Amino acid sequence: MSQLTDLDIAGARDALAKGECSSEELTSAYLEAIDAAKALNAFITVLPGKAIEMAKESDARRKAGEVGALEGIPLAIKDLFCTEGVLTTAASHILDGFTPPYESTVTANLWGQGAVLLGKTNLDEFAMGSSNETSYYGPVRNPWTIDGATDGLVPGGSSGGSAAAVAANLCAGATGTDTGGSIRQPAALTGTVGMKPTYGRCSRWGTIAFASSLDQAGPMTRTVRDAAIMLGAMAGHDPKDSTSIDTPVPDYEASLEGGVKGLTVGVPEEYRVDGMPKEIEDLWHQGIEWLKTQGAEVKTVSLKRTKYALPTYYIVAPAEASSNLARYDGVRYGLRVPGDDITGMYENTRAEGFGAEVKRRILIGTYVLSAGYYDAYYLQAQKVRTLIAQDFADAFTDVDLILTPTAPEPAFGIGSKTDDPLSMYLNDVFTVPASLAGLPGISVPAGMSANGLPLGLQLIGKAFDEETVLRGGYALEQAAGFSGKPSPWWRS
Amino acid sequence: MSVDAATVRKIATLARIAIKDEEVPPLVGELNQILDWVEQLGEVDTDGVMPMTSVADITAPLRTDAITDGQKEAAVLHNAPDAREGHFTVPKVVE
Repeated sequence: MSQLTDLDIAGARDALAKGECSSEELTSAYLEAIDAAKALNAFITVLPGKAIEMAKESDARRKAGEVGALEGIPLAIKDLFCTEGVLTTAASHILDGFTPPYESTVTANLWGQGAVLLGKTNLDEFAMGSSNETSYYGPVRNPWTIDGATDGLVPGGSSGGSAAAVAANLCAGATGTDTGGSIRQPAALTGTVGMKPTYGRCSRWGTIAFASSLDQAGPMTRTVRDAAIMLGAMAGHDPKDSTSIDTPVPDYEASLEGGVKGLTVGVPEEYRVDGMPKEIEDLWHQGIEWLKTQGAEVKTVSLKRTKYALPTYYIVAPAEASSNLARYDGVRYGLRVPGDDITGMYENTRAEGFGAEVKRRILIGTYVLSAGYYDAYYLQAQKVRTLIAQDFADAFTDVDLILTPTAPEPAFGIGSKTDDPLSMYLNDVFTVPASLAGLPGISVPAGMSANGLPLGLQLIGKAFDEETVLRGGYALEQAAGFSGKPSPWWRS
Repeated sequence: MSVDAATVRKIATLARIAIKDEEVPPLVGELNQILDWVEQLGEVDTDGVMPMTSVADITAPLRTDAITDGQKEAAVLHNAPDAREGHFTVPKVVE
């Protein structure tokens, strides 16, 4: 064994089971790695005391014969999940000092399976962004750099801290949330695996809301097997979330080895967008060949309304956000900025507490929901969303999975898109459609760009068929054999 | 449809976000760029299409109308920037 932090979740599970290391040793190794990686800015809060305490408790449980699915495994948690008694910020100034008096269902499920909390990871403010640059706590740096260059690259977003932490071996795995691509796109940009399950698979209770009809938690890991292990622990019915589905959680890990022989994989012609870099298109073709070689049948499918998915998303998501974020009023939690009267206090608190992108989205959302514009914008977007979901439903009568690139380009430079909101939004062009349809999707690292950066492929599946998505993802992973790791320039 | 400075100020008031005079012109430009782009949804024929209100094919579950939680005054007030005598406080609203 080289370093304990080299172990992925499955590897650490085996090492712990064989007694080759304790959770306390494993946790200490990760805490040291985190401490030496401050240059990445991946964490908002690190919890050395709590982590060691949880690890010791896990070691004691193991001695007593109680072993959960993630027993003793150190995880990083996106700072959008409420953690009881632990600062939870959503990377926003407006939640200054907020310590939730309750635990989110997803994180409670993870601790219930024995996992250890290392800390809370950085993200775009309220998960609004594709580059982790809108965080009040500053941008996260991608552990990957262009060969020979030292300029900082973004890790993608909004789960950029989680993605960077997984890529740099600062945790065994991490949680993310995905509203329009916030797990899958950063996974692609950091050479990691990210899975958004079906809407309703994981409880949203205790996860700070961005767009409630789209938000879904999921695992961010080094391998597809780890994603299967983690998702199994995160998922499950929760009476506290009325949109959480009441069906048993399958044994995802058991579904991995099935292979793709006998499966039909669809390739949507509408995803061949103008200006797609050749290396992305080539990787997509390579993915098709890999799946064919392993026995899958590949056919072209049509998702006719693909081009309308992003504009639909940028009406629906801001509309829901403007409503969800109305709660930040300086009265019940977080920042309060005085004003001449109560309205002045609200307005000053929200002016100072929210960053530029969050304000932009609240304003757009307020506008599209306002009298006179509701029908033209919001209602029309909800109707187009129905048609986009219908396109997927039609395609899935013929195929079991859909293969696409995850993102239209590799990691880009910090600051290179911040002046142009639209060019930033376009980074989610391949992930947003499945979000609008509520479908599960996974991004698997599959190749490298010409300048030495990781690229991902996405598989989209039928609703609540995460098993086939994981099975396809595992086959892609085996075929791609991606084993790249960034060189640890950040170690201090 | 596009927004002008007065509309941006009105939306900001509705959203309870104070904006400074110098913030208005850039916001007009940014919001119009986004609105011009989403305008293309008008091309889609949606006659007879039901708006999506829930992406999950789930019937809203019913539960017994019973008290299952409560008596947590301290926890509820714990994060308030200013709480006194078991209450949240706000600036004076009644003269």
